[in-house]
Amino acid sequence: MTVVETGSSERVIGKHLLRREDPALLTGEAKYVDDIWEQGALYMALLRSPLAHAKIVSVDVSEAKKMPGVIDVMSGRDLQGEWAAPMPCAWPVTQDMKNPPHYPLATDIVHYVGDAVAVVLASNKVSAVDALAAIDVNYEALPAVVDLEDAASDRILVHPSLGTNKSFVWKVEPDNDKVHEAFASAAHVVKNRYVQQRLIPSALEPRGVIAIPHPYGGEYTLFSSTQIPHILKIMLSMTVGISEAKLRVIAPAVGGAFGSKLNVYAEEVLALTLARKLGQPIRWTEERSENSLATIHGRGQLQDIELAADEQGKITAVRVNIIADMGGYLQLLTPGVPLLGGFLYHGLYDVPAYSFSCTGVFTNKTPTDAYRGAGRPEATYAIERSMDALAKKVGVDPAEIRRRNFIAPEKFPYSSAPGLIFDSGNYLPTLEMALEKVGYEELRKEQERRRSGNSRKHLGVGISSYVEMCGLAPSKVLGSLRYSAGGWESATVRILPTSKVQVVTGTSPHGQGHETSWSMIVADRLGISPDDIEVLHSDTAIAPYGLDTYGSRSLAVGGSAIYLATERVLDKAKLIAAHRLEVSVEDLQYKDGSFSVAGSPGKAFALSSVAFEAFTAHDLPEGIEPNLEATVSWDPPNFTFPFGTHVAVVEVDEETGATELLRYVSVDDVGNQINPMIVEGQIEGGIAQGVAQALYEEAIYDEFGNLLDTTFLEYLLPSAAEFPSFELASTVTPSPTNPLGVKGVGEAGCIASPPAVINAVVDALSVFGIDHIDMPASPQKVWTAIMSSQGSGRKVE
Amino acid sequence: MQITTVVNGKSFTKDVEPRTLLVHYVRDVLGLTGTNVGCDTSSCGACTILLNGESVKSCTVLAVQADGMELTTIEGMASDSALHPIQKAFHENHGLQCGYCTPGMIMATASFLKENPMPTEAEVREGLEGNLCRCTGYHNIVKSVLAAAEAMEGAVK
Amino acid sequence: MFPASFDYAKARSVADAVSILSSVEDAKLLAGGHSLLPLMKLRLASPSMLVDIGSLAELSYIEDKGDYVAIGSMTRHHDISWSRVLKSEIPLLPYVASQVGDPQVRHRGTIGGSISHGDGASDLPAAVLALDAKFVIVGPKGERIVPATEFFVGFLETVLSPDELLTEIRVPKFSGGWSFQKFNRRAQDWAIVGVAAVNDGGTRVSLVNMGPTPMRARAVEEALADGASIEAASLKASEGMDPPADLNASSQYRRHLAEVLVKRALTEAV
Ligand SMILES: Cc1cc2nc3c(=O)[nH]c(=O)nc-3n(C[C@H](O)[C@H](O)[C@H](O)COP(=O)(O)OP(=O)(O)OC[C@H]3O[C@@H](n4cnc5c(N)ncnc54)[C@H](O)[C@@H]3O)c2cc1C
Ligand code: FES
Ligand code: FES
Repeated sequence: MTVVETGSSERVIGKHLLRREDPALLTGEAKYVDDIWEQGALYMALLRSPLAHAKIVSVDVSEAKKMPGVIDVMSGRDLQGEWAAPMPCAWPVTQDMKNPPHYPLATDIVHYVGDAVAVVLASNKVSAVDALAAIDVNYEALPAVVDLEDAASDRILVHPSLGTNKSFVWKVEPDNDKVHEAFASAAHVVKNRYVQQRLIPSALEPRGVIAIPHPYGGEYTLFSSTQIPHILKIMLSMTVGISEAKLRVIAPAVGGAFGSKLNVYAEEVLALTLARKLGQPIRWTEERSENSLATIHGRGQLQDIELAADEQGKITAVRVNIIADMGGYLQLLTPGVPLLGGFLYHGLYDVPAYSFSCTGVFTNKTPTDAYRGAGRPEATYAIERSMDALAKKVGVDPAEIRRRNFIAPEKFPYSSAPGLIFDSGNYLPTLEMALEKVGYEELRKEQERRRSGNSRKHLGVGISSYVEMCGLAPSKVLGSLRYSAGGWESATVRILPTSKVQVVTGTSPHGQGHETSWSMIVADRLGISPDDIEVLHSDTAIAPYGLDTYGSRSLAVGGSAIYLATERVLDKAKLIAAHRLEVSVEDLQYKDGSFSVAGSPGKAFALSSVAFEAFTAHDLPEGIEPNLEATVSWDPPNFTFPFGTHVAVVEVDEETGATELLRYVSVDDVGNQINPMIVEGQIEGGIAQGVAQALYEEAIYDEFGNLLDTTFLEYLLPSAAEFPSFELASTVTPSPTNPLGVKGVGEAGCIASPPAVINAVVDALSVFGIDHIDMPASPQKVWTAIMSSQGSGRKVE
Repeated sequence: MQITTVVNGKSFTKDVEPRTLLVHYVRDVLGLTGTNVGCDTSSCGACTILLNGESVKSCTVLAVQADGMELTTIEGMASDSALHPIQKAFHENHGLQCGYCTPGMIMATASFLKENPMPTEAEVREGLEGNLCRCTGYHNIVKSVLAAAEAMEGAVK
Repeated sequence: MFPASFDYAKARSVADAVSILSSVEDAKLLAGGHSLLPLMKLRLASPSMLVDIGSLAELSYIEDKGDYVAIGSMTRHHDISWSRVLKSEIPLLPYVASQVGDPQVRHRGTIGGSISHGDGASDLPAAVLALDAKFVIVGPKGERIVPATEFFVGFLETVLSPDELLTEIRVPKFSGGWSFQKFNRRAQDWAIVGVAAVNDGGTRVSLVNMGPTPMRARAVEEALADGASIEAASLKASEGMDPPADLNASSQYRRHLAEVLVKRALTEAV
């Protein structure tokens, strides 16, 4: 469906409507978890292991208990009987996946630096933290597994009881013979290993929890800085053993998440458990250096990718083998992350033969899990780096190799070799538009001028075309992938007696502006002002059903549910209006908040009157219930497949190795756009995070499993001074998957940008014969590569 | 120790421990929770407030050091329910997403524009070097600051 | 994140500060706090008492003294970077001050605090070293004056004894070329390597983050004095240095950066 039906003579969808979320955030009125005052709450602090792998010989809490302000101090063993179940992993990707039991506090062995071993409760924050130093833990160090290939070798075991470090091997191998044949008869083969460094998601708001017991009523309220209040509620009720009917979870203002708050964390389980045990509210706020250790990391893969191609560079097969770093335990979705990319290593290219295999290994490091893009940035990086390598091998421009391989527009819906149906797409225009916008030909000339003029500042241009799958997801498909939840989303739309509208959504925004966009969807359909629409969310007592916000799913799935619920309410209103106007439903038309009868200008009935009628229920048609309300749980028939092309222009200083990002152009197609201002904001933020992966960020571990960059002093989150302004454009290819024709935009930017930047850096360095630089392309790495290339001389091409 | 500060125009006299950081004084003692904490190392700027009119990272100042001084926090920016021109510019240019960096960005901007009322884009980027944002990619923050400068030109600052 | 407990006293004068320092064990001066408080928050320092001299008006000034400019030790980076006197007489210094950290840091941090901290990775210590500044130090036994070249002793170690206070920095004026090259990955960060160069007849060059203290690049200075070309002199940038290694740079890479940056600095200054 291309045209979204409207009840508005002036479209609201497509407008740059300013965000209703802003005033509270701009003035400090918004409340994040740590801003919420709870009388009598005890402050929780956790003692974390300084060793990556060690036996806990003893934990002595007696001195800490005597410290002023301290209420109690407990070790893992002290709390052993409190849990109803281990912490959950909701994605057992294979039948035989190995998943060691994982509890909030370690009892016998710690598996990574940051693994919690004891908990302090105190009457104030200062005492809680001060007491940590008085806990005496006796460890017996064990050798640590850090490197991924070392982990896969099973030389040292992270969890000896499992007998191996391999949690699972997961494959997509629709037709291996075809792959073998393609490689056997290929004119060109490119084979490369790429490294996806570990990243620390670094939402600016650290996590926080307040667990409040209501001892007499037996209920519990949990505030958490989470992006999944609904899933969290279900999981907590199972792990802590509290009836789901007695638990309310609220995500107040949340200061960014990017997947790092898509989890069930030890601190959430602990706070709730201790609130039950002590009958007192428990609160905890993470510190940044704790966040670096105790909140999940992203990426962490070794990728071996091979392309087979014919003489012209037309790809005939893609074969991929990856090792994915799980870290010390499996968190909520840890094993599923590489799967989300596992179908996309052929990118947006028409590739007939495909094989993918992923081995998930345990290491003595912080667990990994979904981080913005989850699986798809990894896949895109591998294929887009490979495309540049192929272009070089075939001897054509990187733009040309992409043109030769794009899936043609007439092939949609496109059945991909690994088994997906790409909903809609038209890839070439995004490439041509991006090249034109950046002035590709002129840049190539400038590059040549610099090279022939012996400039020591080299220009590099990098292209990255991408497609991703988002809008998670058809429940049946998720089921076939062994994911333990569905992919639907729920929405309720109510027209209140005074004709104001209340929208209740199961999505849980944390910066994406859902309140604004959702109000626009309803305003557009009802032909009323967005200001008359209230959007409620993120509180399980208000929005009881929901599957929350991740995987760029909220608009495609949640927005569609809202649209459909609005339709349903309108249908009901129509029945009432028809009844009051004494005409048949078919004769009614609806526009701008009013029903009218075709051909009878005087006959009209306002939606506001219908609302009041529905409320008083004095004269409703036979069989119609009072009130105007509809709830829809919508399960999408497919994923959505946004796409686009990004181009990065960099300057690399040959003498220092420093890379400066000079320009960044993106052309994205995310289907219909509800609020282009918000769409652009999502893309800009995503680009910056991807550029940061390409040039700045990496969780660096030493051989003993110590994380060396736990603060923002060492972990280089870039600032405004490190970026240029971005140059954005878009095309619109609506998705046939949902009634809004939308595709999702939360992750696109960070999926496209890392290969665009690295392709640009490598392009700049090609004068030295350098054909790859691992991320992040730090000055030292670039300089080292230049030094070791060709005896530091320039390659004469 | 007893300290007296004038915060957003109101005078407060409070007892604090010497080790109380200014950000905790503002948040926990005065209950002004608009100022946020995002790091341990004075790196992120989320805690930025004005001390005698100049931007400082309130996580790196002791409350006792601010004795006798004037503080402005994000709560002191809007007046009579009208947003300050900087707040308005952030709103109109979509200069915020999750909003966690925003109070610090706005306070840093207030101080920066006082020192450099008509900055170039490059100067804005340098001027905000001490404030990290994970959501926006800074694109719209920079636009917001330039728009605020435009709007405030000629205004009493 | 907050420091361990300590006592606090606001010094009423330099003399008051000195007398508290001499009477309280393990007391430490607090200037802008932008080196000390971060260390205390991470519990890498836990003094028993802080003696706050940050707001002593008698230590905050920039005065033209004829052939030198006197800077009170509690003058903030911000004030130095905006100072008209310095901009015209010693332009290197305000420029370097403007490159320290970020605006918020510059609104609190002081030149005296930065110098007393003696961090080889800091910018201003290297700048005053290249400028041949002199430091006025006050202690229980009175006043002494120490040249910058003799002040920095080792890693976070200076000639200051625990009961002494740096009160004034005397920076000779110069007329000639200058340059400050700061290489870092993010604008707000400390230099991975930095170079300050001053050329007023002779050429003085100092290095940031090339050793435990700010360092004069003597080999470069001597080569230039002997008539070497900039190119040749800059190759001696890391001679006699023992640069640190960290996540951003190996010592070898630092040596290389020093050569490149010295060359750039000299090209600009000479
Ligand atoms: C985020 C951040 C970024 C930074 N970036 C940089 C940078 O890029 N470059 C750079 O050079 N610096 C940087 N700094 C450090 C900053 O410049 C500090 O302000 C400065 O180094 C210390 O000055 P202070 O006045 O804050 O001293 P304090 O922290 O108060 O004191 C530092 C030490 O000196 C002692 N001391 C202070 N004053 C005296 C005195 N008069 N006599 C004797 N002893 C004294 C103190 O006891 C303490 O041991 C940064 C700091 C931060 C927080
Ligand atoms: S909290 Fe103050 S700078 Fe990060
Ligand atoms: S808006 Fe989220 S950190 Fe800036």
